[in-house]
Amino acid sequence: MFAMNRGRLTLIGVVAVGAVVALAGCASGDPLAEPASSAGGSTIVVGSQAYYSNEIIAEIYSQALEAGGFTVDRQFQIGQREVYLPDIEAGKIDVFPEYTGDLLQALDKTAAGGTSDETYEQLQAALPDNLRVLDQAGASDQNSWTVTADFATKYNLTDIASLINVSVPITVGGNSELETRPYGPTALKEKYGIQTAGFKPVEDGGGPLTVKALEDGDIQLANIYTASPAFESGNLVVLEDPDALFLPSNVVPVVSDKIDDAAAAILNKVSAALTEDTLVQLNSQSVNDELSADKIATAWLTKEKLI
Amino acid sequence: MNFVTETVAWLIDPANWVGAGGIPTRLVQHLLFTLVTLVLAAVIAVPIGFLIGHTGRGRGLAVATSGAFRAIPTLGLLTLVALWVGIGLNAPYVALTVLAIPPILAGAYTGFEAIDRKIIDAARAVGMSEAQIVLKVELPLGLPLLIGGLRSATLQVVATATLAAYVADFGLGRYLFEGLRIRDYGEMLGGSILVILLAIVLEGVFALAQKLVVPRGVTAGLPTDIRDGSSRSRPAMESTIKEGTSHVRNE
Repeated sequence: MFAMNRGRLTLIGVVAVGAVVALAGCASGDPLAEPASSAGGSTIVVGSQAYYSNEIIAEIYSQALEAGGFTVDRQFQIGQREVYLPDIEAGKIDVFPEYTGDLLQALDKTAAGGTSDETYEQLQAALPDNLRVLDQAGASDQNSWTVTADFATKYNLTDIASLINVSVPITVGGNSELETRPYGPTALKEKYGIQTAGFKPVEDGGGPLTVKALEDGDIQLANIYTASPAFESGNLVVLEDPDALFLPSNVVPVVSDKIDDAAAAILNKVSAALTEDTLVQLNSQSVNDELSADKIATAWLTKEKLI
Repeated sequence: MNFVTETVAWLIDPANWVGAGGIPTRLVQHLLFTLVTLVLAAVIAVPIGFLIGHTGRGRGLAVATSGAFRAIPTLGLLTLVALWVGIGLNAPYVALTVLAIPPILAGAYTGFEAIDRKIIDAARAVGMSEAQIVLKVELPLGLPLLIGGLRSATLQVVATATLAAYVADFGLGRYLFEGLRIRDYGEMLGGSILVILLAIVLEGVFALAQKLVVPRGVTAGLPTDIRDGSSRSRPAMESTIKEGTSHVRNE
């Protein structure tokens, strides 16, 4: 009997110690940290945002690199920029599809921006020494302030500043982080004196739920990415942005020192073929035809004779 | 240890305890959402469960259907419904009600099924109508298991109600989505801790309710439970199976 109790005590002790060790592990480690990267090997780690279009581009990069004889480790769907940028800066990810203006604003909040080429040059300067960007693609996928076509006609809206004409309360909708972005509701107020009536979170990144909310009138103003297939319907209007509230955001691979000239040449060829229309078509294949990223990537690379 | 300090800092920051996005507001929203969902699910599941339990018919169908209901991914259902009815709280209510129905349904009919048939027969023999049998016999006797079903539904709903924030500025889920997006892990963990605390409090309430609703007649008839959990009672059990001897230990 005594022996049994002691056995039970030991068991409780083991469980308790195990729990403490496990909890200590939780507290000190970064749960999103990548497992130790295979530094020194020839494996190239390709990452992507938790955004379907970005994943398609990452998959295109991956397959093109694989066709060039490289081994690729895919770390897709990592999340928003705040989450993955430290990992890129730490050299844990070697190739990441990025957007010039958005990345520039993330690295340098006061960046001037300008034309697409100027933005690209500023981005190169703003990157840490261990990172560089390869050629930018013609395709861009940038944030926008978007309204429905009916709403635009009713209040005679053309550019962002013309939102001042709107006589009803404007509710803004989009992902949580939109509220705090440099082009968010605060910028609308400070730059144009446009008072928004509130913020409704719709956490699908300008996807179908956001479009539906716009069409239903639950929100009046949304951030929808300009390469979204939702624009094909013609029911949505992107407000023009003459003051470059949103910086031009061309697709560009951010790469680490591990990318040699051969790999860079492969990625530059991909970027040269990736035009604006191409990106909208690729996105449409994902949203409307429900094809997976790898199938879309293979089909496009084959068509462009890149693999 | 930085997560822990960030979380504590977030939880004790007075700025997080006031206003429309403050912790008290979000806690109340979360609690109300959970309660409304449970009421909606109970209104649907309890009558069906009682009907199945009382008649003994349709059990196979109920098991299969509620099993299928359990397998529905809540976020997927929420998105589908939201694409139909738009953003706001309607879609989360539908999705979470679907999540809460199976455990409540199971609690309702197993509560009736677990009753000794002799008791039902006795009730019928003394001339009770079917309605009286349900209300005066089956309902009180089955109540602890029904509350058990509500209890497990509550736990699932209170945790999953964080998804309401996917399409509405509502509930504790906002801290999770916002914290994830802007990489504020203190906010995320703080929000999670609040959800856990709410779940534990609700668990306590239900555990108490489950004990309180056992009818006095049921407990009065039971022999007093004398087992104290120690290993001393084991040898005594062995001696009871010897036939013809007294139950007094004589080793």
